[in-house]
Amino acid sequence: MVALWVVLGVLIVILLFLSGGYNGLVNARNTVKNAWAQIDVQLKRRHDLIPNLVETVKGYKNFERETLEAVTKARTAAQQASGAGVGERSKVEGELTAALSRLMVVVERYPELKANQNFLALQEELTSTENKISFSRQAYNDVALQYNNKTQQFPSNIVASMFNFKKEQEFLQATEGEAERKAPKVSF
Amino acid sequence: MWEQIRSNRLRSVVLVIVLGALLLLLGWFLGKAFVDDGIAGLVIALVVYGFLNLIAYFQGDSILLSIAGARKIKPEDHPRLYNVVEEMKIAAGLGKMPDVYIIDDPAMNAFATGRDINHASVAITSGLLQKLNRDELQGVIGHEISHIKNRDVLLMAMCSVLLGTIVLLAWYASRMMIFGGMGTRSRRSSSRDSGNGAAIIMVLAIVLMILAPLFAQLIYYAISRRREYLADASSALYTRYPEGLASALEKLAQSATPVKAANQATAPMYIVNPFRGKGLNVNNLTSTHPPIQERIRILRAMAGGASFAVYDQAYRQVKNRQSGVISAATATAVGAVGLRPASAEGAVEEPPAEKIARTREVNDLMYRMNDYRTIDCECGTRLKVPSSMQGSAVRCPRCGRTHQT
Repeated sequence: MVALWVVLGVLIVILLFLSGGYNGLVNARNTVKNAWAQIDVQLKRRHDLIPNLVETVKGYKNFERETLEAVTKARTAAQQASGAGVGERSKVEGELTAALSRLMVVVERYPELKANQNFLALQEELTSTENKISFSRQAYNDVALQYNNKTQQFPSNIVASMFNFKKEQEFLQATEGEAERKAPKVSF
Repeated sequence: MWEQIRSNRLRSVVLVIVLGALLLLLGWFLGKAFVDDGIAGLVIALVVYGFLNLIAYFQGDSILLSIAGARKIKPEDHPRLYNVVEEMKIAAGLGKMPDVYIIDDPAMNAFATGRDINHASVAITSGLLQKLNRDELQGVIGHEISHIKNRDVLLMAMCSVLLGTIVLLAWYASRMMIFGGMGTRSRRSSSRDSGNGAAIIMVLAIVLMILAPLFAQLIYYAISRRREYLADASSALYTRYPEGLASALEKLAQSATPVKAANQATAPMYIVNPFRGKGLNVNNLTSTHPPIQERIRILRAMAGGASFAVYDQAYRQVKNRQSGVISAATATAVGAVGLRPASAEGAVEEPPAEKIARTREVNDLMYRMNDYRTIDCECGTRLKVPSSMQGSAVRCPRCGRTHQT
């Protein structure tokens, strides 16, 4: 009789451990997925902002055509790559960031443009979107780290390998930082 | 992220339990003293607490916001503020965007409220909004968002209700004792056989009645101060730029306009103590916030990183203490974190470098003529020490390092 109760108790403990561990892992995986989706939202937002920006800037006399064309081209490339893998995408989006920051440097030379309310509003949106992209990447890396810890640390790693949870989520590198460093210096 | 909140909450929870025990003790002794029944006192204390708690839980945020005179804004009313809040929401990984409020008040302050992440609000005075550049605003909002993320708002609301109940009970009991003393005495004479014990209980009840509100207040302040350090550390972590919050706090320290619609109970909600006057930076037991100068020094001493571990190290360095403010488990939960450079806007507000250099040169010359000695601190500040100074060591006002003279 006692043995039966002990066996039952052990079974219940195991069940609790498994369900707790499994739910924790599912939770962590969904958080990672959600963080990834957040980055996507911000990248799309940036793609949507660019045509407006180009329209506003184009109206100004002698605005450098090459800079504008580079931005438009980078945007098209980034949009086409939106279904591609992480590596390819971050490369293309990095190029778009570089093109945009070059554009912002060129804008400094047009005082009348900096007095334009429409442009200022766009600039605020663009600055904020760039920030949001880097903050969401930051948040993604944080939750990816937690997921990785969960799948590799004892005892949750047992549950993870039982239910085939992916061992490792990849981290995102700050490719944009490098791209900015490569942006050419403009002399006045 | 959950692990850090849990380990940080532990110490706060201990303090809250002490606060709750204080309430129960007060209730029991008052009951014993007045109606000769400790349990009745306990029940009254709990009912009052429960009632106030329900109000605070469901209506607390809207009461607070309407007392402060805050108005809710839409994204297009103030795009920059709204964007910065959204940026910090993303950095903190909050599930829902908090409501954004502006308080039309020239005083400089900000606070966060709401019982959980889904009912959270961030409010900022128009005075503060005008004075801050983007990086500084980000630092302040990061601080407020982390109050939401760390569940400080709920914790502080529950604590302030506990405190409020204790104060309320003690206040009514003292009034009853003064004006209704006759009634209790005649009542107690019926049970004269336990007269001696009743007298002791009466004395204990009076002592508790006087001391409980004071103790409760001190505990409340201690909880509040600890949460402020954690929020500063989180803000640095989210923004990856401690200097933003440091320079915002510097601006806040310079203004001494008290917030019109603040009172003792709502004080811990604000980013800096809303009642402070100029020069009032003493770190005493009765302040809801750590002194601003100290918070700035800790943020500026964060060399080479933005993680909790770096903040903790800076805290120990500035306060000259062995134990840090963030538990070890939390500090290691987040790995090494780098800093980011200032945004373009942050740099624009500086006066031209050659003008600063020229002013410094003239100043240095004047000091040298007056026999001041100069010490170059590692953080780039040049300290000028008058020849009449008596002490053997001097502390850098910017980063807090001490130098021998």
